[in-house]
Amino acid sequence: MAAEPLVHGSLQAADLLLRDVHVLDPRSGIDARRDVRVREGQLAELAEPGALSQEPNEELVEGRGNHLMPAFFDPHVHLRTPGQEHKEDLDTGTRAAAAGGYAGVLAMPNTDPVLDSAPLLRSLRDTAAREARIAVGFVPAITRGLEGEQLTEMAELRQQGAVGFTDDGRPVTSAGMLRKALQYQRLCGGVIALHEEDPTLSRGGAMHEGAVSAALGIGGIPTISESTMVARDAALAGYEDARVHFQHLSCVASVQAVAAAKAQGFRVSTEASPHHLLLTEEDVRGMDTRMKMNPPLATEADRQALIAGLRSGTIDCVATDHAPHAREEKEVPFEQAPMGTTGLETAFAALYTGLVLPGIIELGLLVERLTAGAALFDLPTHTIAPGEPANLTLIDLDAEWVAGERGWESRSENCCFAGRKLRGKVLMTVCEGGVVYRERAFSVVGA
Amino acid sequence: MNHLLSIKDLDRSTIERIVSQAERFAEVSDREIKKVPALRGRMVLNLFYEASTRTRSSFELAAKRLSADVVNFAASGSSVEKGESLKDTVLTLSAHKPDAIVLRTPWAGASELVSKWCSAAIVNAGDGKREHPTQALLDVYTLKSRLGRLDGASIWIVGDVAHSRVARSNIVAFQRMGAKVTVAGPPTLIPREIQTLGCEVRFDLSELPSADVVYALRMQNERMNETWVPSVREYAAWYQVNGRRLSPRQVLMHPGPVNRGVELSGEVVDSPQAVITAQVEAGVVVRMAVLFELLSGAGSTSRAPIGPSTPAPVEPSPTTPTPQPA
Repeated sequence: MAAEPLVHGSLQAADLLLRDVHVLDPRSGIDARRDVRVREGQLAELAEPGALSQEPNEELVEGRGNHLMPAFFDPHVHLRTPGQEHKEDLDTGTRAAAAGGYAGVLAMPNTDPVLDSAPLLRSLRDTAAREARIAVGFVPAITRGLEGEQLTEMAELRQQGAVGFTDDGRPVTSAGMLRKALQYQRLCGGVIALHEEDPTLSRGGAMHEGAVSAALGIGGIPTISESTMVARDAALAGYEDARVHFQHLSCVASVQAVAAAKAQGFRVSTEASPHHLLLTEEDVRGMDTRMKMNPPLATEADRQALIAGLRSGTIDCVATDHAPHAREEKEVPFEQAPMGTTGLETAFAALYTGLVLPGIIELGLLVERLTAGAALFDLPTHTIAPGEPANLTLIDLDAEWVAGERGWESRSENCCFAGRKLRGKVLMTVCEGGVVYRERAFSVVGA
Repeated sequence: MNHLLSIKDLDRSTIERIVSQAERFAEVSDREIKKVPALRGRMVLNLFYEASTRTRSSFELAAKRLSADVVNFAASGSSVEKGESLKDTVLTLSAHKPDAIVLRTPWAGASELVSKWCSAAIVNAGDGKREHPTQALLDVYTLKSRLGRLDGASIWIVGDVAHSRVARSNIVAFQRMGAKVTVAGPPTLIPREIQTLGCEVRFDLSELPSADVVYALRMQNERMNETWVPSVREYAAWYQVNGRRLSPRQVLMHPGPVNRGVELSGEVVDSPQAVITAQVEAGVVVRMAVLFELLSGAGSTSRAPIGPSTPAPVEPSPTTPTPQPA
């Protein structure tokens, strides 16, 4: 019997009455004001607003028409543990997630040491069972040490709770190596998630190759570095009938390659990040190191292709690629800075402000894409329905805030949206029936 | 003007003001006593993270001719080798209260960062492959003294544009002064979308005769090893500016140091068409003008010296006509 894929610290099962909240769950089709009761951590009742009255020992939360959504799920975050706890740890990373409305995240294995063995996975899961505020799944490496040369003990890792496998941060450069992993998947299962980059094309690059890199004299990473690898690995996945997930798509040609693979019935899925959906190479012109990430921010045409893909379903979900780095690591010239931006605390508000408010996508679609990641990794989807465990986030869509104005829950502050005025603030997050986040100015009545 | 970070920050009139000031300083260089007291008591710090002979000595000379104190700080042999960050190095050196920091680094945008960390005027003396604004100013100065004006001139920049901060600054500066710029070089060394800077792009030199000015870039040996071009021999065969390719009316420029036999043949370096030593000479007076502009010149309000406003330190001599803005 394999271990449960998700772990979290101890949670106190909550008894809540969320009065007059606007429930929005695109899967169950609810988009209306309701009273919602959570009893012992489970969704117990949904009723017309005003129909439910507070019971003894029940905390009353005045919803005031604020939106109650299924809590989000992020299949791609870096919690930096073990080895890089000065950037983030399981506590701070999951606190940041909870503050962003997330009740589940998948942690990448590019830690120090690399998460590539069962003992390390067990120890990490033990730590998560003490420290993690929300549910965390671990995605160990495909190849030992992310070296691309030898498979990890994937079957044992799966028994110990590995959600899937990835060499994220690096590509599996050798097609032969990746093919072996895809074949081995028949034995052990587990989605293979791929960071796509051809190092012979990206070498020496620190940003997107285009007009801005030409003007700044900073080495460029061409979009073909990603798209040729997506096309190659989609073909491998099709040939081996393997289940593959492409991480953080960033350009037109990659979206096209995924669409073509899906049209052929290949078992591929993909994600896009808030920063690739909202920012472009123009945002790099000031050489702000928070705008340096991998894959790099590309052109407006690439951004539009990602938005179209999100709308059509070619892009299955939103993933933040939350990548914390310490201040001193980012406070250096652009070319020297490590790649990555944090994203958990701003994902919803940034996308709501940038895509929903201007009418580019519907709020329901955004919520669907922010919660779709779990199912892609064979995990239960957060749903607002009686009998389900309470995985909820309560959001004030009208609240305006400046990202970072009150600091960050994350240990790091390298957020590409810092300083931007955003709309939509998470007031409360419930994970597996326990309240894991409350907005600090949020008034709680009763209990 | 508080800093000189990018040539993009200078409009045509500012470039012309600096060039005119440099022309006035040129007269000082011909005197027996090559010194004016314009920046007496001011401190200029040369902070160099990359090897540089001509740029550093040119800034040093410029500062000394203006009577400023100069401190040279080279990254090699310093605390930088012990792992001190750029920020900490700058904060430490700032404790000595330099009025200007001349900064050369291998990293694009470093001068912008430094300008946020201290109160000194920052002069970008080369940041990675991005910009080298004083080189662009001295090239404009040199061309102006040769051609009178740059308006309508056709300037070809030939060679390794991809790795050249000189090219990037000059593409902008020459156009701002009214010239038409064409870049030419091997397709592997011409950045994609460089034409968005307003220049034309050519991959061979067949139209080179149409140029008024040929600006050859240094072809660094390490680029050969990184297989950007098949060989020096092939590069020279296609892109070397030599007696066969250079027509008699063209002006030849090069930022130095020259690789004779690679980007330029020996005979064109030695020909009177080459203004390469004039560029070096211009380097000192233009950098004097830049330091003067920043530390006491017009527009320097935030750092204006205490006391009466400083007059231009040199009386225009009767033999030197006051330069007219083009």
